[in-house]
Amino acid sequence: MTILGWLQIIIFCLAILALTKPMGVYIFNILETPHKPMSVVIEPIKTLTEKLAGVDSKQEQTWVEYALSVMYFSMITCVVTYVILRLQDLLPLNPQKFSGVPSALAFNTSSSFTTNTNWQAYTGESTMSYFSQMAGLAWHNFLSAAVGIAVAIACARGFTRKIPKDAPKTIGNFWADLMNITLYVLIPISIIGALVLVSNGAIQNFSPYPEIRTMENATQTIPLGPVASQESIKQLGTNGGGFFNANAAHPYESPTPFTNFVSMFLIFLIPAGLTYTYGLMAKNSKQGWVLLIAMSILFGMGVVTVYWAESKPNPVLNSLPLNQTAGNLEGKEMRFGVANSALYSVVTTDASCGAVNSMHDSFSPLGGMVPLLNIALGEIIFGGVGSGLYGMLIFVMLSVFIAGLMVGRTPEYLGKKIEVKEMKLVTLYILIFPILILLPSAWSSIATYGQSSLNNGGPHGLSEILYAFTSASGNNGSAFAGLNANTDWYNYSLGACMLFGRFWMMLPVLALAGSMAGKKTVPESLGTFPTDNLTFVFLLVSIILIVGALTFFPALCLGPIVEHFLLLKGKVF
Amino acid sequence: MFKIIWASIVYTFITLILTGIIYPCFVTFCAQMIFPYQANGSFIKNDAGQIVGSELIAQPFQNPIYFQPRPSAAGNGYDPTSSGGSNYAQTSQKLLDRISSDVARLQKENPQAVGSIPVELVTTSGSGLDPDLSPDGAEWQIPRVAAARGVTIERVKQVLDSAIDQPQFGFLGEPRVNVLKLNIALDHRFGVSSK
Repeated sequence: MTILGWLQIIIFCLAILALTKPMGVYIFNILETPHKPMSVVIEPIKTLTEKLAGVDSKQEQTWVEYALSVMYFSMITCVVTYVILRLQDLLPLNPQKFSGVPSALAFNTSSSFTTNTNWQAYTGESTMSYFSQMAGLAWHNFLSAAVGIAVAIACARGFTRKIPKDAPKTIGNFWADLMNITLYVLIPISIIGALVLVSNGAIQNFSPYPEIRTMENATQTIPLGPVASQESIKQLGTNGGGFFNANAAHPYESPTPFTNFVSMFLIFLIPAGLTYTYGLMAKNSKQGWVLLIAMSILFGMGVVTVYWAESKPNPVLNSLPLNQTAGNLEGKEMRFGVANSALYSVVTTDASCGAVNSMHDSFSPLGGMVPLLNIALGEIIFGGVGSGLYGMLIFVMLSVFIAGLMVGRTPEYLGKKIEVKEMKLVTLYILIFPILILLPSAWSSIATYGQSSLNNGGPHGLSEILYAFTSASGNNGSAFAGLNANTDWYNYSLGACMLFGRFWMMLPVLALAGSMAGKKTVPESLGTFPTDNLTFVFLLVSIILIVGALTFFPALCLGPIVEHFLLLKGKVF
Repeated sequence: MFKIIWASIVYTFITLILTGIIYPCFVTFCAQMIFPYQANGSFIKNDAGQIVGSELIAQPFQNPIYFQPRPSAAGNGYDPTSSGGSNYAQTSQKLLDRISSDVARLQKENPQAVGSIPVELVTTSGSGLDPDLSPDGAEWQIPRVAAARGVTIERVKQVLDSAIDQPQFGFLGEPRVNVLKLNIALDHRFGVSSK
């Protein structure tokens, strides 16, 4: 661990903190007020689309209508991507003449991008045409991000609105939210981000792959493509699917430490800003800061652990004449070094992004356990754009409920009583997740078709499987990439986990929003448990860690923890 | 119900055109206008004016007169059409075997080297295309390069020192050396042939 390393980590945190409020205010203005910049250009596009679609965006929807819109829209976009991938040999912009993507892989990939997971069972540079990358995949980077933010805002509306008794219990209009987020937030920031990346060396072209002669007269074929435009929305929308197999470790995706910094910054920008937006909607900005502080505490714990673990030498190599003061460099790039690799791994797994700038599979056991645990906690530490906020709100409800039980009062949040129906939905949300992860992991680790994909033996093999299902169900998309996931079993099972992990969890959230929207508010009294102070932060962080630990500790013991102790003994597999 | 399905179809195709086609084409247009060198892959030429590679993509070097980049797990080594890392765990036997054999190779190739081998020279990067070395990783190879070229260690060190990139803006990233640019600089200074 070096001073320069810590300095970079601290500057990153300060940059995020500084932009939280402006970003939050901007999103609030776009979604909840008529104050919109550039509306001369953008409003006509919206109006035209509404006319074609027969939608009146001023007409608000109930939670059921909102949920149906989300589901149908996601389903249709998923099918369109599936078709694009299958037929890419007939579509334009395919200079390398790649054939159509096989059905299992196309199913897995279209599910993956629709659900904001961006798990990649393929090697981009030798599988996907330029058209598939930009229209089939990067398109979903916008949509899945916009859908996530829309659902989070709808959920926040349900929690914070005070609806009179006879008025309809609506939570917004999905089509209006979708377009506002895409056109006012995602596209403008992505354009700026993409050009910043190009300025440092990220590529952006449609040329065929050139074959060059190296200095020693060998030949090297170098893949090109429209990379920067995809890279910037992949980070901003916490999608994470790389243009190339090596993802953001690839020098054409992230060529310099500065592009690496910009990438991490884009990942956290919207999730951090949304906490402030939420505070504005609740008319008490402390309600938003509380969420941000809880997230920051969990984030900080992760960064310190990974940085410490990755700075240590690999004990297995101690007998060789090596200078290991630089730390664990297997799978890491020199321009990032250990500090930026550790920071990035925590940012990307906290935020449900899943882009990687170093190979998590080659991290030390404890260094690799943190990304796994970050996802397993439910992608709520900043979390995916939108999904992080609503995931965190679920834990807020749980915390309020447990606090209520401890003091023997009916729990209430923002003046609304939390009752049996809400707690059932919260429990459902919290239970679906471990079931999606642990059952198929257990099955894969005993089935021959599960084991045959492993790249590493011993406890690390279990970690590879566990990481895959955690990443898919949590819609993260990063991997212990040694696992060969391009098999029928993993393509279908992981694809299904992604879809369930996204939509089975979105539905309880929207139902909860609908149910909360209809509640009458009770005025705050002396007996109200305050949810906007540090005591609540402490409670919230504890509940998250306890629920996460109770659920996943046994599995982690069999994987990374036992591997750590075997490593100290110098055991190899 | 039908209304929602129709709306979904319309919004699907409008967003596909806006974000899937217009957006990347617009970014490509701007990038090609403002940063053509970067947008097309940062390809560099040698003294004779031939393209010898991309400054961002590592290429293999075997001749002892050149500095070598880190080992590569991309395809069969330095294959940009198959980028990626080894994904070996620290407890992997395969990792231990690979590193042991690389250590033996480096010791054989660098009999004059001083000190133990910097770990970056036996570990593969995340992309397999890492174009950089740390200053230490390059400095360890100087005795070999100097001997093969028949020049003094100090003169090679001068070339290396002027090729070191400091952290961006003084604090981002680590000090590093681009191997391809370093080797081009060596050829420029001392000529292409070995002694």
